[in-house]
Amino acid sequence: MINLQPYSNPMYFVWLAVALLPLMIGLYFGKRLVVYQTIISGIFLLLIFGGPKWQQGLALIGYIIFQLLVVGGYAAYKKHANQTWAFVSAVLLSIVPLVIVKVVPAIEVGRQSWLGFLGISYLTFKSVQMIMETRDGTIKEFSPVMFVRFLLFFPTVSSGPIDRYRRFQQDYLQVPTREHYLQMIEKAVHYLFLGFLYKFILGYLFGTVMLPRLAHIAIMQRAAFFHSGISLALVGYMYTYSMYLFFDFAGYSLFAVAASYLMGIETPMNFNQPFKAHNIKDFWNRWHMTLSFWFRDFIFMRLTFFIMKHHLIKKRTRIPQAAYLINFLIMGFWHGVTWYYIVYGLFHAGAIIINDYWLAYKKKNPQLPHNRWTEGLAIFITFNVVCFSFLIFSGFLNTLWFQAH
Amino acid sequence: MNTQQAVIELLEDLTGTDISNNLDENLFTSGVLDSMATVELLLELQAKFGIDVPVSEFDRSEWETPNKIIAKVESLA
Repeated sequence: MINLQPYSNPMYFVWLAVALLPLMIGLYFGKRLVVYQTIISGIFLLLIFGGPKWQQGLALIGYIIFQLLVVGGYAAYKKHANQTWAFVSAVLLSIVPLVIVKVVPAIEVGRQSWLGFLGISYLTFKSVQMIMETRDGTIKEFSPVMFVRFLLFFPTVSSGPIDRYRRFQQDYLQVPTREHYLQMIEKAVHYLFLGFLYKFILGYLFGTVMLPRLAHIAIMQRAAFFHSGISLALVGYMYTYSMYLFFDFAGYSLFAVAASYLMGIETPMNFNQPFKAHNIKDFWNRWHMTLSFWFRDFIFMRLTFFIMKHHLIKKRTRIPQAAYLINFLIMGFWHGVTWYYIVYGLFHAGAIIINDYWLAYKKKNPQLPHNRWTEGLAIFITFNVVCFSFLIFSGFLNTLWFQAH
Repeated sequence: MNTQQAVIELLEDLTGTDISNNLDENLFTSGVLDSMATVELLLELQAKFGIDVPVSEFDRSEWETPNKIIAKVESLA
């Protein structure tokens, strides 16, 4: 049986176009062909998780049943009671599979848990979000069918963007007007071509053509600068990797958003010119936005809310600092249990805390100059701080320092 | 004291910025309200007006200007 990873080669786009066409005609005439959409979703999921990846497919099915029980069980419980322990237990249960999948390779190098499948992190975000919104009472009715549709929405199943249940449900149930749908198609076509440029041209150039060469030279010079490995090639690797990371992931995200739009679902965008950010806070409002907003809404805000409500920290300025540290530490662990992902998280927490000190200082000293030069300097500094964080994130320092022989 | 005045004073207390002349300014893009100040705002609204806004109900686009906040508070109080 064939296996086709999402957006990985030209054939995928051909298949996608053919499969979506009847659905698009339906949407154009104001009707969502639910049965047809379910069938093609099933086929595309089978292409991702079938054939040689059948074990992942089984893991996915088990995962979905498990989350249906946890989220559905909590929603049923929430109808007549609202104890904190039940909420906490539901959240913990819901993240157990992801924790196992992340911890197993850290304990035994190279081993992968059989619970794992492509996209498990993203599905976990969606499940946890459901539990939290059910706790808040913003999700009142639990629909198992809609929940499965939400989790398994195939354009975004493997790597996001991470949608929100209520938003998704509304789009799914309400077919866009013809005028609006035509605008969505127009955008989708634009995103598709931008995605081709990003992922298959720029991403390829930086990631496949340049990166391995720079990596090779940097490793050859790993004794440079007092055995720290700091060399021009390493600096080159840092910037090249950063470009690759952006163009590859932003390109992928554009494909996912484009496919969603064609299906009449306005999946949120993931990137908004992140390298134009003029500080780290601004950066996180532009980079992998659906992830950072998820962390903002479901971890950072809730944590500060909890800390303030229970007066756990006396000094006001310490509250966001503590929340940032925990927030980014969790984000680090989510990427994987390795020192470089965790350091990456802590590095960003540190950067955002320093950023806050600077913003406070600037507020107290309104006489500080503000013009396009200072603005340019701010963008330059932010860009370099971010690229350095991506060097940590890349894991290349791990190879350079501990693995290259 | 009416709601408008109360919200303006609350925002000034929280952010140190007098926004009474910019009631349609986007507080998030201008950087007046960050996530932390937002949480404080929600807690204060709860204490002062008795309105309960869960974090997941907090849709930024509905709260982004002082006028929108005032309208929200009036509708929920």
